[in-house]
Amino acid sequence: MNIPSISRLPSLFAVLILVFSLAAHSDTVPAQQPLVDALNALKQGSMSEREQAINRLTKLKHPRSLVVLQALLAGKLLTVKDQDRLVIGEAIDQDYRIHDAINDEKLGMVSDDQVSKINLTNKLRSHLRKIIGELELNADDPAIRLAAVKAMDKAVDERLLAVFKKRLTIEPDADVKIAIENILLLQQMDSADKNQRLQAIDALKSHDSLDVLNKLKALVEKDADGNFLETDSDIRNLADAALTKINTRLQLYSAIETVFFGLSLGAVLVLSAIGLAITFGVMGVINMAHGELMMIGAYTTYVIQQLLPNQLGLSIVLAIPAAFIISALVGIAIERGIIRFLYGRPLETLLATFGVSLFLQQTVRSIFSPLNRSVATPEWMSGSWQINDFLSLTWNRFYILIFCLLVFVLLMQILKRTKLGLEVRAVAQNRRMAKAMGIPTAQVDAMTFGLGSGIAGVAGVALSQITNVGPNLGQAYIVDSFMVVVFGGVGNLLGTLVAGFSLGIANKFLEPFAGAVLAKILVLVFIILFIQKRPRGLFPQKGRAADS
Amino acid sequence: MKNYLHVCKKLAVTVAVSALMFTAAHAEDTIKVGVLHSLSGTMAISETTLKDTMLMLIDEQNKKGGLLGKKLEAVVVDPASNWPLFAEKARELLTKDKVSAIFGCWTSVSRKSVLPVIEELNGVLFYPVQYEGEESSKNVFYTGAAPNQQAIPAVDYLMNDLGVKRWVLAGTDYVYPRTTNKILEAYLKSKKVNKKDIMINYTPFGHSDWQSIVADIKKFGSTGKKTAVVSTINGDANVPFYKELGNQGVSAENIPVVAFSVGEEELSGIDTKPLVGHLAAWNYFMSVDTTKNAAFIKQWKDYIKNPKRVTNDPMEAHYIGFNMWVKAVEKAGTTDPEAVQKAIIGVEFPNLTGGVSKMLPNHHISKPVLIGEIQDDGQFVTVWQTNKVVDGDAWSDFLPESKPIIADWTAPISCGNYNTKTKKCSGQNY
Repeated sequence: MNIPSISRLPSLFAVLILVFSLAAHSDTVPAQQPLVDALNALKQGSMSEREQAINRLTKLKHPRSLVVLQALLAGKLLTVKDQDRLVIGEAIDQDYRIHDAINDEKLGMVSDDQVSKINLTNKLRSHLRKIIGELELNADDPAIRLAAVKAMDKAVDERLLAVFKKRLTIEPDADVKIAIENILLLQQMDSADKNQRLQAIDALKSHDSLDVLNKLKALVEKDADGNFLETDSDIRNLADAALTKINTRLQLYSAIETVFFGLSLGAVLVLSAIGLAITFGVMGVINMAHGELMMIGAYTTYVIQQLLPNQLGLSIVLAIPAAFIISALVGIAIERGIIRFLYGRPLETLLATFGVSLFLQQTVRSIFSPLNRSVATPEWMSGSWQINDFLSLTWNRFYILIFCLLVFVLLMQILKRTKLGLEVRAVAQNRRMAKAMGIPTAQVDAMTFGLGSGIAGVAGVALSQITNVGPNLGQAYIVDSFMVVVFGGVGNLLGTLVAGFSLGIANKFLEPFAGAVLAKILVLVFIILFIQKRPRGLFPQKGRAADS
Repeated sequence: MKNYLHVCKKLAVTVAVSALMFTAAHAEDTIKVGVLHSLSGTMAISETTLKDTMLMLIDEQNKKGGLLGKKLEAVVVDPASNWPLFAEKARELLTKDKVSAIFGCWTSVSRKSVLPVIEELNGVLFYPVQYEGEESSKNVFYTGAAPNQQAIPAVDYLMNDLGVKRWVLAGTDYVYPRTTNKILEAYLKSKKVNKKDIMINYTPFGHSDWQSIVADIKKFGSTGKKTAVVSTINGDANVPFYKELGNQGVSAENIPVVAFSVGEEELSGIDTKPLVGHLAAWNYFMSVDTTKNAAFIKQWKDYIKNPKRVTNDPMEAHYIGFNMWVKAVEKAGTTDPEAVQKAIIGVEFPNLTGGVSKMLPNHHISKPVLIGEIQDDGQFVTVWQTNKVVDGDAWSDFLPESKPIIADWTAPISCGNYNTKTKKCSGQNY
């Protein structure tokens, strides 16, 4: 027994010497040459060479390693054409502000056609994420440490487990501690000791975590012959009880999620229909160009974003009034130029506005090309609000829902509280009487149509965030808009709101069972039947005006 | 007065006769090539590019001295994304303009609409887009990918290289996705994939509300087994789909999406951030580094006078198809469709990615298969490719009803749907 331990001594010495020499090295200026070599290898063409270079870079433990790897993962590591150096670049407008990857020397600005990015594949990306996670586990900022733990929790192996255990002993931050402990508990579920396993299941049963759910599911799974894979019945029973609890919560989450999906679909429907509710509902004009007014709003967003390429958030906010004004002006032009000659002739109005819609589409094709345009989403509108592993609400839908309600409230206030609103309502109720009272009905008509068109433009801004901005954008929404207005009751704004939300929610509850295609058909069939029974929609207008 | 009328008549006759002579003379010294791509309507997005590609190729051939000593002349018509109009325009090209070959169509439904016309008038059509297979016409040459040149290799890659165990087949609700998914489902089952590990989902054209479907995919992919989405979702619906994936936190690293209709052209118009890392399977990528490809890209950018324009797979298909037709015409010494149809089988032409494509007896061509990951500049990084070209298979071997059927347009079979079991040609022309 003694002999082998003696024979191990020299290697132990060798390791010790290595450790000391490394420590001595890191005190002084680190050797640049290996770093330069590794970085050069990173520029090589093939992905396997790139992977080797990443591993070399990691092993170097050079202070610049982490910076370079982070830049690589973020897509900021660039090569400059005609120069043999790697740089890290921050994208600004069409240019990059670059600094050297090795010594951080500032190198000024270059345009984007002078640099080319070091490409990555998914394999390398997840590899990098793990490496960076491990390096970042020792970062000073607890938020970075927490993110690092979360980035690594999917592929925990023996080595990583040891790293986590070590970190737990010195981790000062409570949140990070809990995150690591959860990972350890999850591993404990596989331990050899039965009590430890029971403890782990008990401790984790209140967690809304996907990993816990999958682990528990595996514990109660049967094999092909119908025998349980897990032989210990105590563990099985406890796991079963824990699963039931989690499943009840899951059902609740999925119901919340469906309602949210329904509301957000409803918000889009309401936004696109509400302008129509004014022009069609209040004025009685069948405006087939309504969708194109939304399209104009979406293109306005695109143009403003082109003008302010670095302020995505601001450009969206600015686009709202701009789209309102431009669509309103186009709407007023349509009303003054065409529709006013056709009042009281719905069929001709329909045909004329359909023509206008084709005209507007082709105009957009000629100006912006038939290709879809790209409208970027600002950072605060992308991603989702992750409540737990099972429930997350996407930000863009969330904002659109709020935006829809704001627009609705504002519109109601305009109709109820302002002079224009009063006149609009008066003309809608009884045109001749209103005229007799001295209201300039022609002017009011133009303003009302402008208001409805402007709202359509604002809806276009919202749509630009969730769908394609192209010449066909309007066509996709025109049928839905009419559907909502007719279902809600012509001439009733509140009806439009209720109709939009209820159609949205109905659609989303049907979709899991029926599929997207059938769900839409079912909703349409329902509306056809409903209109047969109640031709005036959910909230019919009452009184003499409605009958005339 | 009478005299005046007489002069008028004479004048009219002379004009008419000279016009006739002019067109006759004109028709003699050019070979006409029909270009049947939508220049307006919904498909204009994709098809306009192909029209320009054809004009560029014809222009280049004319610079080289034309064909059989004659100049080529492009006859461009606009079927306006209207399927019946495709048939009308094809008839017009063949009977009125008397074109020697037609290059055109994009959607399968437009091709199906042209088929009866082109068979009745015995024309030649080159179809440049990846499609669902299950067809081989005497008069059509399929230069795009058949399912075994795109969908099947993509699934193989996911299964073998990424270890995918659960599959979502998502598509738009029309013939191409439905047939492709039927083939893929049969293929997966033949590879011992359990039925409960396959989720199939169809959505209408231009679908924009992907919330519940993406949530379902997320749930489907959360069982711990590696999951991938095979997407046959058509053009416009893709942007909201990928956006929703990104927003709900589904990244290409956990659930990769491999698409068959997202190419460089489609990516050039959109915000690529949510797509980075997702996959696409094609027979050509603009990013492939060969001298031929570099020359083609340069030629295209110069021709279209826009340094930002991209090239894509159907453009390469037209490039190969056109050059094969040129070679076949030279071989046959005539543009007569019957002679060209015979001569073109076996014609080889180098493709842009470094291999040699060949026209097969089933009227499909051999092509390499490439799988690439989308980068944020709208280009692909090739992560996998076949080491040699793959022969296009008209009738899928994975569908029981089409397994015994082959297409072979050489003697003695000369049939697009020959049943090897009953030894019969079913007689249907397509």
